[in-house]
Amino acid sequence: MSADVTLDDVWIRFGDFVAAREANIHIEDGEFFSFLGPSGCGKTTLLRAISGFLTPSQGRVLIGGKDMAGIGPNRRPTALIFQNLALFPLMSVWENIAFALEVKGMSKLERRKRADELLDLIALPGQGDKRVSELSGGQKQRVAIARALAAEPDVLLLDEPLSALDLKLRQHMRTELRAIQQRVGITFVYITHDQGEALTMSDNVAVMREGLIEQVADGSTIYDSPETAFVASFVGENNVFQGKVNRLDQSAAVVETPYGEFCARPIQRNNQDQLRVGDDAMVFVRPEAIENAQSDSANRISGEVLQTEFEGNLWQLHVQLPNGGPRITRSSINDGRATKHQVGDRIELGFSETSAIALPTGQLAAE
Amino acid sequence: MLNYWANYFTRNGIGVGMFLLAAVLLWMVFMIILPQLYMVDFSLRANVPPPKWGGEEHVYTLEHYKYLLYGSSKSAEQFNTIDLSVFGRTILAAVFVTIIDLCLCYPVAYYLAHVARGGWARLMIMSLIIPFWINEILRAFSFKVLFGTSGLINNALMAVGLIDQPYDFVRENVALYSGLSYAYILLMIFPIYNAIESLDKNQIEAARDMGSPWWRIHWRIVLPHAKPGICSGSTMVFMLSAGALAAPQVLGGPSSLWFTQIIYKAFNNSANWARGSAYALVLLLACIIFVLLMMRIFKVKLGEIAR
Repeated sequence: MSADVTLDDVWIRFGDFVAAREANIHIEDGEFFSFLGPSGCGKTTLLRAISGFLTPSQGRVLIGGKDMAGIGPNRRPTALIFQNLALFPLMSVWENIAFALEVKGMSKLERRKRADELLDLIALPGQGDKRVSELSGGQKQRVAIARALAAEPDVLLLDEPLSALDLKLRQHMRTELRAIQQRVGITFVYITHDQGEALTMSDNVAVMREGLIEQVADGSTIYDSPETAFVASFVGENNVFQGKVNRLDQSAAVVETPYGEFCARPIQRNNQDQLRVGDDAMVFVRPEAIENAQSDSANRISGEVLQTEFEGNLWQLHVQLPNGGPRITRSSINDGRATKHQVGDRIELGFSETSAIALPTGQLAAE
Repeated sequence: MLNYWANYFTRNGIGVGMFLLAAVLLWMVFMIILPQLYMVDFSLRANVPPPKWGGEEHVYTLEHYKYLLYGSSKSAEQFNTIDLSVFGRTILAAVFVTIIDLCLCYPVAYYLAHVARGGWARLMIMSLIIPFWINEILRAFSFKVLFGTSGLINNALMAVGLIDQPYDFVRENVALYSGLSYAYILLMIFPIYNAIESLDKNQIEAARDMGSPWWRIHWRIVLPHAKPGICSGSTMVFMLSAGALAAPQVLGGPSSLWFTQIIYKAFNNSANWARGSAYALVLLLACIIFVLLMMRIFKVKLGEIAR
């Protein structure tokens, strides 16, 4: 059994502080859904509202179509995996996993059997009698997942559960988590500030800033067609040019900037902040979309090479635009054909009009 | 070991290091070990007046221990039922006081550690501590006033009409148990508070999230975590109530004698220091053995208590 989750105009206030506002989200049955945002953006607050530890100041939380108002966390069909995992250190591994079953009054024999099955599921067979402190970071992580799954929740909520792990393990656990989710088929709601995690695992991502959900879409839409300046600058690297809209139609916007006129794809967000001629606008170009200037390049920039960085698979080139303009980054695949540049070289670069997007001017993500 | 001391002196410097070492050693030897050894020595010698101490008649004997057992230093025909039953009752009563304090303090400590916030928690702790500025004797007598036959509680109960004759709280030892429980309540609250405070709140939430009712959260998560604190609090309350003197003297009913009162009488009224120290040592040993036994039963290690 799994269930869909709906947030219906949820607001959460602590005194005068608004931790989350106008949250309207529908998470499908069996979906892997992520809340992505910098720390303090209110994503954990929303997760706690879904799990029942927080009551929204306004709005409704529905799970499986049922209004959860007045239903405590112990009676919701959700299970929460805490950021610090919160395993019970005084219980053995199998007792941890079987805690939810103990609560349900299952006999010890059955509990043990079920715990062993779950240990198999998380690839830790035969480790049930260990103490929690004897496990490694990744193993603890998996025990926490098994403990939550033992409760047979309809919705599993995960609060940055990978943030304490080192990079290698984190990447491994991403794949693992996604695999577990597909195996058990229940709804996962995942909180993270790590865009890599959000993009690789999720069916859909909600990007949040200062309590507000800026965009909800699948990973590639978020990356390719961000709807706000914040999303464009928070998810992945982006080069920004500030300017004014000169001309505009359905498929193209021409933005006048101090570094030239750029032609870009306008992203029109439903019902608000529409781009209009004469408005301030920002043009965003991904570093990998910038190439050496071709004769047919729609947009051209030139500048001076400030720094080159070799990252193995990629070359990163930092270029300073003239007259105190912005520094831009270009990255190209290290396929042996890339021309080497020296610091101080003048360089002509270009990008196509379909790879650049134009958005209304807005607040950018902090570096 | 050598390494440890070398480290100790480089950390503290020779001067401070020596001072700390000497101070601790002096304290241990002169304040704790020597006086107790004197007591042991006294308890094993015949009872003679002070001028003859160390003299010929001051011989080693086990008569005082025998007296506690048989009520006579010569015959072993019958047991000293009076002293022994007082001894047993004292231990039982101390256990009872400990249990009362535990039941009172665990919820309060939990509330202070995990529910109360900031200023409110500080206010509560202050209002727990400040009454203890009043000294023990005064507190004992004020309890007597409170629980007396014409005391505040009886008057209040009669005014409300719950009883029509004053209830003798002192005779029924209600006053004594209340007085003792109150006297050591802080010694129970703070160790438990310290232990519970270090519990990660997320563990409580995790248990709750998995459907656990509140009592199971306490039984499986909070209580096991608080066990060392409960143990150290209980040890202190038990030891101190078994060794209390003022409260039993003032608040005890006519039929209830505390073992410490017998010891006190031996020292003071009958000038029998030898018997007094023998009785006191037996009480001390019994208490230590009882505490160790309890720790064994509840699977607490000595090291955990010190945390």
